[in-house]
Amino acid sequence: MTVAAGKLVRMAEQITANLAHTDDYGIVSAKVADHLNRFWDPRMRQALLEYAGREANSLSPALRMALPQLRDGGE
Amino acid sequence: MPMSLYYNVGAESDLGTPAPDPGAATVSLKIDGIPIAVPGGASVLRAAALAGVGVPKLCATEDLAAFGSCRLCLVEIEGRKGYPASCTTLVEAGMEVRTQTPRLAELRRNVMELYISDHPLDCLTCSANGDCELQDMAGAVGLREVRYGYEGANHLDKPKDQSAPYFAFDPAKCIVCSRCVRACEEQQGTYALTIGGRGFASEVMASQNEPFAASECVSCGACVKACPTATLMEKSVVAHGQPERAVITTCAYCGVGCSFRAELQGDRLVRMVPDRNGKANHGHSCVKGRFAFGYATHKDRVTSPMIRDSIDQPWRKVGWAQAIDTAAQRLRGIQERWGRKAIGGVTSSRCTNEEVYVVQKFVRAALGNNNVDTCARVCHSPTGYGLKTTLGESAGTQNFDSVMQTDVILLVGANPTEAHPVFASLMKRRLSQGAQLIVVDPRAIDLVDSPHVRAQFHLQLKPGTNVAVINALAHTVIDEGLEDEAFIRSRCEWDAYQTWRAFISEPRNSPEALAEAIGAPAAQLRAAARLYAKAGNAAIYYGLGVTEHSQGSTMVLGIANLAMATGNLGREGVGVNPLRGQNNVQGACDMGSFPHEFSGYRHLSDAVVRGKFEADWGVQLDPKPGYRIPNMFDAAIAGEFKGLYVQGEDFAQSDPDTQHIYAALSAMECVIVQDLFLNETAKFAHIFLPGCSFLEKDGTFTNAERRISPVRKVMAPLTGLDEWRITCRLSTAMGYPMDYRHPSEIMDEIARLTPNFQGLSYELLNEVGSVQWPCNAAAPEGTPLMHVQEFVRGKGYFAPTPYVPTEERSTARYPLLLTTGRVLSQYNVGAQTRRTEAVAYHREDRLEMHPADAEVRGIVDGSWVGVKSRAGETVLRAKVTDRVQPGVLYTTFHHPESGANVITTDNSDWATNCPEYKVTAVQAYPVSKPSEWQEMFRRFAVKQERLAAPVAAGGAGASLAPAATGRKEGLETAKAES
Ligand code: SF4
Ligand code: SF4
Ligand code: SF4
Ligand code: FES
Repeated sequence: MTVAAGKLVRMAEQITANLAHTDDYGIVSAKVADHLNRFWDPRMRQALLEYAGREANSLSPALRMALPQLRDGGE
Repeated sequence: MPMSLYYNVGAESDLGTPAPDPGAATVSLKIDGIPIAVPGGASVLRAAALAGVGVPKLCATEDLAAFGSCRLCLVEIEGRKGYPASCTTLVEAGMEVRTQTPRLAELRRNVMELYISDHPLDCLTCSANGDCELQDMAGAVGLREVRYGYEGANHLDKPKDQSAPYFAFDPAKCIVCSRCVRACEEQQGTYALTIGGRGFASEVMASQNEPFAASECVSCGACVKACPTATLMEKSVVAHGQPERAVITTCAYCGVGCSFRAELQGDRLVRMVPDRNGKANHGHSCVKGRFAFGYATHKDRVTSPMIRDSIDQPWRKVGWAQAIDTAAQRLRGIQERWGRKAIGGVTSSRCTNEEVYVVQKFVRAALGNNNVDTCARVCHSPTGYGLKTTLGESAGTQNFDSVMQTDVILLVGANPTEAHPVFASLMKRRLSQGAQLIVVDPRAIDLVDSPHVRAQFHLQLKPGTNVAVINALAHTVIDEGLEDEAFIRSRCEWDAYQTWRAFISEPRNSPEALAEAIGAPAAQLRAAARLYAKAGNAAIYYGLGVTEHSQGSTMVLGIANLAMATGNLGREGVGVNPLRGQNNVQGACDMGSFPHEFSGYRHLSDAVVRGKFEADWGVQLDPKPGYRIPNMFDAAIAGEFKGLYVQGEDFAQSDPDTQHIYAALSAMECVIVQDLFLNETAKFAHIFLPGCSFLEKDGTFTNAERRISPVRKVMAPLTGLDEWRITCRLSTAMGYPMDYRHPSEIMDEIARLTPNFQGLSYELLNEVGSVQWPCNAAAPEGTPLMHVQEFVRGKGYFAPTPYVPTEERSTARYPLLLTTGRVLSQYNVGAQTRRTEAVAYHREDRLEMHPADAEVRGIVDGSWVGVKSRAGETVLRAKVTDRVQPGVLYTTFHHPESGANVITTDNSDWATNCPEYKVTAVQAYPVSKPSEWQEMFRRFAVKQERLAAPVAAGGAGASLAPAATGRKEGLETAKAES
């Protein structure tokens, strides 16, 4: 386990909220995915995906839509 | 020629009066028959100096406007009557000036005679002997006798004022030339000095005739440099005598990056004098760079490498070879057991570009991962993100001098008089010429209302509402049709602008909708927006009050949007300017210290860029980002990050949520700290590699205006090993050889691999002094102003900036908001400044609290206050003041035992994880004893001190006692009293 899942989710939700200038989840989720791809260590993306596999419903809709756009999780 | 040991320079020249404004037509004249052409607006005195003719002078100096009081610089001018003062007479075409005639000689001798008759004749024992303009002038005019006798009324028995920590004032030697008074006004802008009395009774006095230490003086030293006699003199010169040689180098404290003459006797640094040719500071300085250099030779400096197996064991002194082998073995061992990615490194913005560059190279090439980050993570990482996204380059747009063309300054979350003093002086000069000022800050900083400067608007927002403010300002600009559409159409992405425009026009972004959240009236927000938008030239300057928030990056985007929308980019007097905290924050970021990018801010995933590095470095590089500092700590606690190489950084004091950091550091198997002192983080270290002070290095620093300035060695490393060599030897020991012979070769590599640095070399720096990047074929001597024709990214990008309030909100349990900052005399975690006389100014961190909040809690000024957040609890002494608003607390974090970061939380900027130092919800209550954390801190400090004791013997020792003990004693006294 890398960075604790709770913390990753909190960070991912903060990213989502701050990129959500519109209600169009398509636009927002693409920005969120791009951000996570550019700036997160792949181990963190992987851990977020694993968490989402278990608890997808607890995530905000735009973040959920971003997950399939994440590049390779682990290595 | 590389910069190398003892790059000595001669004495500083003084042309007598300042250079005239550039651009004036040339004027030809003759001085003592010598023809010379000078720019119009120059004084005759300056023209003479340029012609190589020295005219005697006392009240004139190149740093100050001509004053014309001493009458020593008299000349004769063909066709004019009398003997005009050459310092106040401007050149005219065809003038014929005579500087040496029998009559002039007689007049000058008379003037000197009067001065000398009221001056002590202790030249041989005077501290200024050899560096006294009065002495020189007496010689120059051939003074041989004094007819008035020395018995008459005089000032010779006036007492000395030794109250200021770094300089002495000996009024008996004063000639009342008023250079000091003018320096304090013109250069520093503090107005602490006046000439009191009249005629014979006139004398220099500080404030209302108080001792310097009790006056408004901020010890910048400008008056000391200006004084032509021994009246104002550095105590270090009084103690050690006049320096023999000088080396030009760069201050290692703040992001202004002042250029200095380090003046020495042999290897002893006698004084630091600001360099008149320094392009960032033009001969000015602040108390830190000018005087606070004693830490470099402080007894706490550790000069020998040390190792231990666990942090419960005593340190053992070892040689360099053993220390480096041990470090390499342990790091390799961790990688074998836990994987390639289980270790990383952190670069320091206090180190040189070259030192930073080799550390990030070491991580990427020798460790084979991208777990490298820098302390800018915790200060200006949102600047990098925000300005790169909107403008295309992660840096400020202007040079400092640009502020002299500004009509309106919008100052957001920055306190330049404390944190960037030399730039603050420039800003004050512009404001006193009539530019207007808008301050956005929760606290009434000095610039809001000080002598000769008053802000038109102080938007006293609640902490955490920056984005609301910038949105309200931008909304007003659009709502009232104040945007610069021509600029937007030609310079920015039109579609993105339309999206942003629709967003910012929404009612939720109006001043009326946001006023309550912000805590400032809508009308004031609108008026401030109008002032900025209609200014002509409006410039934004901002500091950590912008970045250190959970929406720090959004705020930087918002700042850039506002500047683009009003056309305030791409010329003199405008722009977006981050004021960087530490000396080399800009450089550390430029050098590729972030886990996702190479030098010059190029993402790892760019295959072309990566290919260039792979070819040059001869290794395969990982194309995916590594951990940021907070990720490293989280991963350490989760048990999968095990080793860290820390260059000159002190997380255990400077980073938020101290207890979390203690836990993370304790969880690692190998922490390697490279620093001057056994700092707080070193208490958790297994290997200590002693670093060098800036006086012992060759290299470069890059200041807040992208200016790369040389740092030159003035003495050999006390540790016996250059800091960049430590990293290179470690890398070599780990199987990736680095064999540079000199830092200039590291710079050559940086230039080879980084387009913005392409034209840079030590030869160029030696030639022109300093260079602002980009420096390349298109701009061979650098780039003072960026984005002139087009933005670096091509078209400017408007990024929408939704206002997402921080999760750190005041609640019933934690009803107050704590924000943090710094003071002038101390620097960051204070590891250096606490080890200088500067402790006299700031012995402890105090908690500022509004009288109303204090009263309901039964807290009085000076009493002990417990402060508790969801992260932790500490105890500080109260300072009851209405500088802060009700509901807001403020403190600094210069002393470790204050534990200010025990209470700051792990909340951070959404885009960059820059910690939210500026907002913590807390409760405060009166207490009589230190917090549990402080007790623990003290026990731990005492234990670590004991573990360092065996190596402390023999001078090159280690002491872990906090350098300033005032606060400790204070606590003890308080306990005794209660
Ligand atoms: S040290 Fe600076 S602030 Fe103090 S009196 Fe001199 S010029 Fe003014
Ligand atoms: S203190 Fe020095 S600079 Fe000031 S008036 Fe006296 S001699 Fe001149
Ligand atoms: S601390 Fe900053 S302002 Fe002061 S001398 Fe150094 S660089 Fe200049
Ligand atoms: S130097 Fe010109 S009057 Fe003093």
